[in-house]
Amino acid sequence: MTDKTMSPPDLPGAGTAPPAIELIGIDKSFGPVRANRDINMAVGKGTIHGIVGENGAGKSTLMSILYGFYQADAGEIRINGQPAVIRSSEQAIAAGIGMVHQHFMLVYPFTVLENVILGVEGGALLGEGIADAHKELERLEREYELQVDPEAIVGELPVGLQQRVEILKALYRGAETLILDEPTSVLTPAEADHLFRVLKQLRDQGKTVILITHKLREIMAVTDNVSVMRRGEIVATMKTAETSPEKLAELMVGRSVLLQVDKGPAKIGRPLLEVENLTAVDERGVTRLADVSFTVHAGEIVGIAGVAGNGQSALLEVIAGIRHAKSGRILVDGKPIGVTGGSSPAAVRARALAHVPEDRHGMGLVTAFEESENSILGYHSDTQYLSGPFLNIESIRADALEKIEKYDIRPPDNRLKTANFSGGNQQKIVLAREMERDPDILLVGQPTRGVDIGAIEFIHRQLIAMRDAGKAILLVSVELDEIRSLSDRILVMFAGRVVGERGPDASEGELGLMMAGIDSREEAA
Amino acid sequence: MSAPFAKLPAWADYVLIPLVNVTAAFLVSGLVVLFIGENPIEAVKLLVWGALGFGEGIGFTLFYATNFIFTGLAVAVAFHAGLFNIGGEGQAYVGGLGVALAALALDRIVPWWVTFPLAIAGSIVFGAAWAFIPAWLQAKRGSHIVITTIMFNFIAASLMVYLLVEYFSPPGSMAPETRTFDAGGTLPKLGGLFEFFGLDIGGAPANISLFAALAACVFVYYLIWRTKVGYEIRTTGFNPTAAIYAGISPARITIVTMLISGALAGMMALNPIMGDQQRMQLEFVGGAGFVGIAVALMGRSHPVGVILAAVLFGMLYQGGAELAFEKPKISRDMIVVIQALVILFAGALEHMFRPAISRAFAALAGGQPQTVADAGEGA
Repeated sequence: MTDKTMSPPDLPGAGTAPPAIELIGIDKSFGPVRANRDINMAVGKGTIHGIVGENGAGKSTLMSILYGFYQADAGEIRINGQPAVIRSSEQAIAAGIGMVHQHFMLVYPFTVLENVILGVEGGALLGEGIADAHKELERLEREYELQVDPEAIVGELPVGLQQRVEILKALYRGAETLILDEPTSVLTPAEADHLFRVLKQLRDQGKTVILITHKLREIMAVTDNVSVMRRGEIVATMKTAETSPEKLAELMVGRSVLLQVDKGPAKIGRPLLEVENLTAVDERGVTRLADVSFTVHAGEIVGIAGVAGNGQSALLEVIAGIRHAKSGRILVDGKPIGVTGGSSPAAVRARALAHVPEDRHGMGLVTAFEESENSILGYHSDTQYLSGPFLNIESIRADALEKIEKYDIRPPDNRLKTANFSGGNQQKIVLAREMERDPDILLVGQPTRGVDIGAIEFIHRQLIAMRDAGKAILLVSVELDEIRSLSDRILVMFAGRVVGERGPDASEGELGLMMAGIDSREEAA
Repeated sequence: MSAPFAKLPAWADYVLIPLVNVTAAFLVSGLVVLFIGENPIEAVKLLVWGALGFGEGIGFTLFYATNFIFTGLAVAVAFHAGLFNIGGEGQAYVGGLGVALAALALDRIVPWWVTFPLAIAGSIVFGAAWAFIPAWLQAKRGSHIVITTIMFNFIAASLMVYLLVEYFSPPGSMAPETRTFDAGGTLPKLGGLFEFFGLDIGGAPANISLFAALAACVFVYYLIWRTKVGYEIRTTGFNPTAAIYAGISPARITIVTMLISGALAGMMALNPIMGDQQRMQLEFVGGAGFVGIAVALMGRSHPVGVILAAVLFGMLYQGGAELAFEKPKISRDMIVVIQALVILFAGALEHMFRPAISRAFAALAGGQPQTVADAGEGA
C-alpha cells in the first residue's frame, strides 16, 4: 500500500560512494512489542535525512540502536560500507556518530568549554586539553556559524545556545554523522531557522545529518530525503522535493488527514474570563507572571503563544486554582475568584471552569489507574459517582464507557490501565472528562503534545465545536501552527509578560519576534 | 519511557512472581544451611512440620500471623498514599496502652466481649494518636515521615518503659508489666475451632483477635478500592500533582491515611496483650512492626496478599523456633537470616525475575507480537 524503500544508489548525494549509514534488516522487540521490524534505510553521505512518524512509531528506538543504547535483535549496521558493531555510545562516537538529545545532556554549572571536553579531557591534567579545545572550538565556530562564548556558564545560556553546545560537543568528538532528536521543540522560530542554517552548512561541509521530528514543515524546509515510520516499520523513503506535507501525513497515519482546521467566524459573547494585573512568584522567588491582563469572551478561542517556560504554565495554574498569585484579580463570569489565596482547584471547578493541563502524565492523569478511575478525577466528589462514602462503581464505569464511545477512545476498555493507552487516547480521556462537564470556560494546555495526527484532527474539531457552543477557551500551546489555526486572538507571552496581541492572520515571523520578546508595534495587550 | 514488558495475567503477577521470589529465597537459604553443615531438605521439612505439622504449631503460626496482618495492613494502607510508615512498631506499642487501660478498668466488672470492643477502640485511638504527630509534621512542616516515624519508635519505647515502671507496675512488683487481667480482660483461644478440625491447640495462644485482623482486611479492601477517601488516597499515592489538580489536599490525605495506618498498627496490641499474656509487658510488640513492612511489600499492599504473607512469616517464626530447637547448629540467628532472605527476594528484589517471566509468557503466547503505542514515548 505504500512506496517501497528505495535502494541506496537512488538517493541523491550517495553517488557511487557507500552510504554514510546503512541499516539492514534491523529488528528490535521489547517483550512482545515489536518496536522496529525489518528496518532498511540508507543515509547518503553529505545529506540531511529526515525521519518522521507518530509517537511510538519506533523512531527513537531506531536511533537508540544506532547510538548504542539498545542492541538490535537482528540486522546489521554499516558505516561507510563497513559493517559496524555498536554496543555503547562510546563505540558510536568512535564510529563518528554524534547525537543531540531532545533533553540535553549538559552539566549546567560548567562552562561551555568544560562541557565540550567532558569525557575527552585528554589526560589527568586539564591544561593542555583546554588549550587544544580552545583552538578546535574556534575552528568549529568559524566553519559552522556556531558562535558561543567558551567561558560562559551553560546554565545561564538561552536554550538555543545550549543546543549549540550539544552540537559542538558532538563535532568536537569527531562526529561525521549527527543525529538530532526533535531539536526544535524548545526553540523560537528564529532559533530554529538558525539551527537549520547550521545543519545545511554541516551538510555542505560533507557531514551527514539525521533529523527526527514530527513537524512536517521542518522536514520540507531542511531535509534532502525523508523516511516515514509507522508501527515500527519504514513505510516509505523518498526525496523531500518529490513529496508534500499532505502526502507525508497520510503515510504517517495510514489514511488521508485534514491538516487545515475548518472554522467559521467567531460569535463573540460576554466576557467570561477576565484576568487583571496578575503577578505570580514561584517558590524560589522567581517572578513567573508579571502584570498579565486579558479577557476571554464567550464564543472565542484566545491562544497564548510563546516558547515553553515563559509563564504559560503558571498562568494556567493560577487560573485553575492550583497556584496562588501575589497580586491581581481574576473574574469568572463577572465574579472574582480568590486568586491570592482562597481559590482552589475544587472551588474553581465549581464555577464551571474546566482545565486540560499541559502535562497529562504529570498532572492530568493517574497513569496507574484504570481508565474509568481517571474519567472522574477532579469530579470524584460528585453525587452521581458516590453512594454515601462509597464509590458508585457501576455509575462510574457506565459514565466512562459513554465518554469512550463519544470520543472514540481506543481500545474501548474502561478497565484498562491508563498507561496502556497511546498518547492521543490518553489526551482524549482528559478532554472527554473536562469537556463533558459542559464548562463555561475551558483552559487547554498543549492539547496535542505527543498526540498522533489522526487524534489532533479530532481534538481540534472538538475545541472548535466548544467555541461555537459559546464557551470561552484559553489555549496554550508551543505549536505556533496550532495557535494560529485555532485562535481568534493570539496573545504572545515572553518572560512572564504578555508582549502583545495579534489576530490569527499574524505572520509566523511577526509572532516569532514577539516570542523572543520583541514587539514591533510596541502596543499593550 | 514506559516499561517495555508484556502485561502479565493477574495470577502471574500476584501469585507466580511472589512464589518464584520465595522459592529463590529458600534456595539461597538452603545453601546457607548447607554451608554450616546441615541438610537443607531436612531443615525445610522440620520448619514446615514445626509450623503446620500439629495443632499447637498451627496455633502459634496463626498467633504470629495475626500480629503480622495488623502491622502489614498498617504499612500497606500508608503505601497506597505514597507514605512509608516504618513506625508500626511504636504505634503498636503505644496502641497497647489503649488495650491495657480498657482491660485494667473492666476485666473484673464485665465479660470479655464487652471489654473487647472497648479495647479495640482504645488501641485504635492510641495507635492513631501516635501516628498523628509524624503525620502532622509531614503534612504541615515537610518533615520526612520515614525519619519521624523511626524516631517515634524510640520515643515510644522510652515512654512505655517509663509508664510501665512508674504507673502500671503493681505495688510490690519489680517487673515492668501490668497486673494479670482477670477473665473479663482475656480473649478466648481458638481451641474450640481447632477441635472442630480434630486438632489440639495445646498451649498455643491463637485467639479471636485473628477474626479482628481478618475483619480489618475486609475494611482495608473496601476503604482503598471502594470509597471516595480511598480513591483520594490512591490518587495522592500515585501522583500527588494530579491529586492537587483534582482538588485533593495531599496534607489532609497524609494525615487521614496515617491515622488509619496507626490505628491498624495499634490494633496489633490486642493479640499479645489480651489474647496471650493477659498483661502488658515490656517489648510485647517484638519486631512485628518491622515484619509488617516485609509483609506489606510481599503482599503488594493488597489485603489478600497481606494475609498470605503474614501466614508465611508466621510459619517462619514458629517453624524457625521449632527448627532451632531440633537442630542446635541452626541457631535463632539462622532463622533471622532466612527471614532476611525472604524479605530481600520478595521485597527489595521484587522485580528481579519479572523480565524473564514476561519473556517466558510472551514466548508461550506465541502469535504475532503487536506494536504497542507506548513502545517509544516521545519518538
